[in-house]
Amino acid sequence: MFGKLSLSAIPYHDPIVMGAVVGSLLAGFGVIVLLTYFKKWTYLWKEWLISFDHKKIGIMYIILSLVMLLRGFSDAIMLRTHQAIALGASQGFLPPDHFNQIFSAHGTIMILFLAMPFLSGLMNIIVPLQIGARDVAFPFLNSVSFWLTVAGTMLIMVSLGVGEFSRAGWSGYAPLTELAYSPDTGVDYWMWSIQIAGLGTLLTGINFLVTILKMRAPGMTLMRMPLFTWTAVFTNVLIIFSFPVLTVALALLTLDRYLGMHFFSNDMGGNMMMYTNLFWTWGHPEVYIVILPAFGIFSEVVSTFSRKKLFGYGSLVYATAAIMFLSFAVWVHHFFTMGASVNVNIFFGISTMLIAIPTGVKVFNWLFTMYRGRVSFTTPMYWTLGFLSTFAVGGLAGVLLSIPPADFVLHNSLFLIAHFHNMLVPGTLFGFFAGYAYWFPKAIGFRLNETWGKRAFWCWLIGFYMAFIPLYILGFMGMPRRMQHFDNPAWQPYLIIALLGTGVICLGIGCIIIQLLVSIKDRHANRDVTGDPWDGRTLEWATASPPPVYNFATIPVVEDRDAFWDMKEKGIAYQRPTQYDPIEMPKNSWHGVAIGVLAFVFGFSMIWYIWWLAIVSFLGLIAVVIARASLDDIHEIIPAAEVARIENLRYQNMA
Amino acid sequence: MMATEATLQNDTLQTHGEVHDTASIAALGFWIYLMSDLIIFSGLFATYVVLSHNYAGGPTGKELFDLPFVLGETALLLLSSATFGLTMLTMRKGEIRPILLGLVVTFLLGLGFVSMEIHEFNLFIHEGAGPQRSGFLSAFFALVGTHGAHVACGMLWMVVMLVQLVTKGLTAPVQSRLLRLGMFWHFLDIVWIGLFTVVYLMGVL
Repeated sequence: MFGKLSLSAIPYHDPIVMGAVVGSLLAGFGVIVLLTYFKKWTYLWKEWLISFDHKKIGIMYIILSLVMLLRGFSDAIMLRTHQAIALGASQGFLPPDHFNQIFSAHGTIMILFLAMPFLSGLMNIIVPLQIGARDVAFPFLNSVSFWLTVAGTMLIMVSLGVGEFSRAGWSGYAPLTELAYSPDTGVDYWMWSIQIAGLGTLLTGINFLVTILKMRAPGMTLMRMPLFTWTAVFTNVLIIFSFPVLTVALALLTLDRYLGMHFFSNDMGGNMMMYTNLFWTWGHPEVYIVILPAFGIFSEVVSTFSRKKLFGYGSLVYATAAIMFLSFAVWVHHFFTMGASVNVNIFFGISTMLIAIPTGVKVFNWLFTMYRGRVSFTTPMYWTLGFLSTFAVGGLAGVLLSIPPADFVLHNSLFLIAHFHNMLVPGTLFGFFAGYAYWFPKAIGFRLNETWGKRAFWCWLIGFYMAFIPLYILGFMGMPRRMQHFDNPAWQPYLIIALLGTGVICLGIGCIIIQLLVSIKDRHANRDVTGDPWDGRTLEWATASPPPVYNFATIPVVEDRDAFWDMKEKGIAYQRPTQYDPIEMPKNSWHGVAIGVLAFVFGFSMIWYIWWLAIVSFLGLIAVVIARASLDDIHEIIPAAEVARIENLRYQNMA
Repeated sequence: MMATEATLQNDTLQTHGEVHDTASIAALGFWIYLMSDLIIFSGLFATYVVLSHNYAGGPTGKELFDLPFVLGETALLLLSSATFGLTMLTMRKGEIRPILLGLVVTFLLGLGFVSMEIHEFNLFIHEGAGPQRSGFLSAFFALVGTHGAHVACGMLWMVVMLVQLVTKGLTAPVQSRLLRLGMFWHFLDIVWIGLFTVVYLMGVL
């Protein structure tokens, strides 16, 4: 009846795990109590959960991602604390079994459940606004994508209290993930959560590519698109071309584990390096999937806060395109030590070095945009400057690692860990934080507190250097990654400094939380009535903050690259039309939520071998899809009078 | 400004029934989905090619594959593509009956294809050449089975369209769904050509 699931799956004996479980349950319970107390369930359901409004879906994505940041960062604190004390006679406080689960969960969460939802959230909120569209191409699919991501996230959260998580690292190399070596449910949790969330990401990729190609405002040619939209194009192309490969890798692993096949086993004709190749065929483009949109954000921020057109717009677009192509030709550099021939390694070494060229072009684009600009040092600009200086260090380490002989020495050492954190923290995370501060007033309607934003930045920047420069040194001293225990006392001082750095980053996260609370408290003073708090250049600033459900009462006509700046110069930015027309918008519906819930149940029952429930939920998924596909009445009309009412209110507030 | 406002009103006033180019947006989206599905197949093809000689002492493709039988399967699938194409041609006339007939015939041809494939799988498993036997056979079953599962999905889609045709009639959304079903069905044909060549022909050679 319950497959492998029994009460013994709950780790009562482990105080650390139970602490986390009780904490998560209390937080969830608190939310439920508050919602009931304030009678907000109907509001939450109607206005948010079943909403097809891309802005609301985007906000929900970012909330999800920030919650997962807390979870992934708790893992980081535990890892750093443990390694700082696990020397010699001291065994640290995490048993090997638990330590391995934590580093696997940390990587999986940070890449797939922090970076990806943050990216989807920012694209959701901003891309349709930047191209002057009223919604995405497939609003229902957008809701499905979000709820599939939630389903994957929930599986990860459930693994905390019911059963275990994978011990095989976030990349899950075979044959360790095979049933013979990982017989419990850990790998299954990892596999199904990524598989389900990955499907959601693929649908997002298709949705946004079509949105950008088909739904731009009149006059917005490709080469007039804002840089963030351009990077969204490249990221979506990468998603469409790489996520199916991950789907295949995980599906074949599923067949190995569930049906005893021999894809990645080391006997009976399996080939475990096939998994590694498939994984990184997705995994390397994935790095660019999360970093290219951050490059787009930096471009918007630099241009806006330097009061200048972006320097070398075309070269930035082409450089990003070059990175998109090259990102598919470098995957072997993740395993130079596989034993491929010298020539193969040289090919992938050189293609890896080549990526530094377009990336360097971008750095100069941003620098020259600031040169002789009127730079105002706001929080988004701080994140951008911190990124520029820190990212260069990580890039240099990457070029060093791209040389196969050097890689043979540094492979799987902490040097590698330092390198990729040095790319992803300043690159992706600082970029998303910059976007968060930059677009918060647009999405929510008031500005974030600058003081606390800058405090958060300094904590993150200083904490980052303290936490990761020691890891570079430890790598050179020969310390491998993922060590639960070590005997070399020379390593310990550096690990302690790294732990202190993690503590400083923790303060940074605290500042971000305080910033949010303070800003909510001061929301009336910081309200953005114009819709254009930064004197912005692109179309998202042409509408109200937060934008009405239809985004634009009349679709803007684009005549220049910085479309809104151009309108302001011509004095037509706030010109009102003589009359408003009725607007057709997609109707919200419950189908997206239902698919998410069923996908979660399906994943959970597959993990625990509850076959009847897996079959029922799978049939349920098909039934919901067919029910949705048979609906024709999926739009509703917002009457012209209602549009006029909303617009009048906006212009009254502005005056 | 006046001119642009006029065009804008045209855009927004087409609110009755379909928004101006919903069908073309959906077609592009579906086309891109097909490309991503093709990546799934290319991952499976790559895996098959890498594992295609890992027999682990078990049977080889040369011993297993019955080429005339697979040729029959191929004929059914190609024929079903042709009947679907003809069905779509009759759609322009706006009559429902020939479309229903064409879909039923296409469905039956697809059913024949899937049945033959299941028969082949069943035979292999009973000969001791199941997917657990070797890396080669795992890859074979995964690749051919994924294609077969796609065909089965297409058939389910046909049933849904038959129901929609009867209950809703030949409305614009139904037509646009039929168009995408056609893209899907022909796409599976193309994948099968590659599969027939790489798996069966090259396996027997």
